[in-house]
Amino acid sequence: MSSTLLRTVPALRGALRASAVKPAAALASTSFVRGKATLPDLPYDYNALEPYISSKIMELHHKKHHQTYVTGLNTALENIAKAEEKGDFTKAASIAPLLNFHGGGHVNHSLFWENLAPASREGGGEPKGDLKQAIEDDFGSFEDFRKQMNTTLAGIQGSGWAWLVKDKESDTLSIVTRANQDPVTGAFVPLLGIDAWEHAYYLQYENRKAEYFDAIWNIINWKTVAKRYD
Amino acid sequence: MVNFDNILKYLAVQAPLRAFSGEDFNATKMAVQEYTLPALPYAYNALEPHISAQIMELHHSKHHQAYVTNLNNALRLHVAAVGAGDIASQIEMQQVIKFNGGGHINHSLFWKNLAPAESEETKPEAAKELVAAVEKTWGSLDDFKNAFSSTLLGIQGSGWGWLVKDSANGLRIVTTKDQDPVVGRDVPVFGVDMWEHAYYLQYLNGKAAYVENIWNVINWKTAEERFLGTSEATKL
Ligand SMILES: [Fe+2]
Ligand SMILES: [Fe+2]
Repeated sequence: MSSTLLRTVPALRGALRASAVKPAAALASTSFVRGKATLPDLPYDYNALEPYISSKIMELHHKKHHQTYVTGLNTALENIAKAEEKGDFTKAASIAPLLNFHGGGHVNHSLFWENLAPASREGGGEPKGDLKQAIEDDFGSFEDFRKQMNTTLAGIQGSGWAWLVKDKESDTLSIVTRANQDPVTGAFVPLLGIDAWEHAYYLQYENRKAEYFDAIWNIINWKTVAKRYD
Repeated sequence: MVNFDNILKYLAVQAPLRAFSGEDFNATKMAVQEYTLPALPYAYNALEPHISAQIMELHHSKHHQAYVTNLNNALRLHVAAVGAGDIASQIEMQQVIKFNGGGHINHSLFWKNLAPAESEETKPEAAKELVAAVEKTWGSLDDFKNAFSSTLLGIQGSGWGWLVKDSANGLRIVTTKDQDPVVGRDVPVFGVDMWEHAYYLQYLNGKAAYVENIWNVINWKTAEERFLGTSEATKL
């Protein structure tokens, strides 16, 4: 497992260059290449979330960390496909944790970039419409929700994420956490995710993570969150 | 000198308070031991250029201090919850004790199993018996280092990599997630912190370089003492 992860490290630079190729152009005959994950562009500039998240954090987070998950996901998919071809299902199953980790990392970060926005544009403020109503119904008030989310984020032991989620059956909202890069799946639709890994804030906030959790409310894209809710 | 005995009993036994008092249970009479931040055995800049002074200072004076503070608070709340017969709060506090108590133990071990690169302690010759056992297990010291480094880089999320001695005197590489400490019969010989706070300010996302450089500051003398059971730390 660890050796597979290691092999992705030297491949990083090549993958960065390769990611400049548009997915359509990379379309080839094998199903593996067709399903290749690529690093999505950020919907804003690296410095657009300042002063709440520094340009340097955004650049490393997107170009290095997210790219590593994309590369790791593709490697895991490729190795699973190879094992499947050989009928080696034990091998295929052994790659599952890497698929979960890198696949989750890719999904989580893709959602995260989209649910942030510059404070000068859609970022910050409070949700409107049905989402606002749902938050008030399920948390009492927006302020109560915000506090509960911050308490949850502060309570994460180690690396992970906190999410505002909607239950598919009942439509009710709740806050859940996921360890490491475990994605939100199953009964829940992820509406708003906040990355609580140290790489998300350390260069700017160091050990003062509560300041990061306070600051991030200035750049939440409620339009995106509302779209996911509807 | 850090005394881990109580925390370890606490973590190992599911009825932790008895391990503290050793007497008939009476929460109101019980004095909870206060844990304190141990001093580093070297200056903050002593591990440069492999680990920067800024990282060491934050890591010790802020992160480790937070584990100590939160551990003490949780222990007090746990005692209060026992006094009140509130089992739900006891269980809640046990999670907090596990995390922060583990953080305190792990970092206390970590500081001591590091040393300035130019010191005698960082030469493998300071660990003759341990290195012989490593060579027996992995073939060579380099093979062991490669295996250990790969294990460190394979950790998903926050955690630690450890060389441990098991009850049959065999050596193994293990990982623990978040702040889980090595407990039970395994004796930690040395550990490496793979939380991002341990390297990010200097190495950014380049954790492979951190792992490569950590070998320059491993305190083989401490490792030998833990392996042979001659240092206080092996009470763990
Ligand atoms: Fe992240
Ligand atoms: Fe640490």
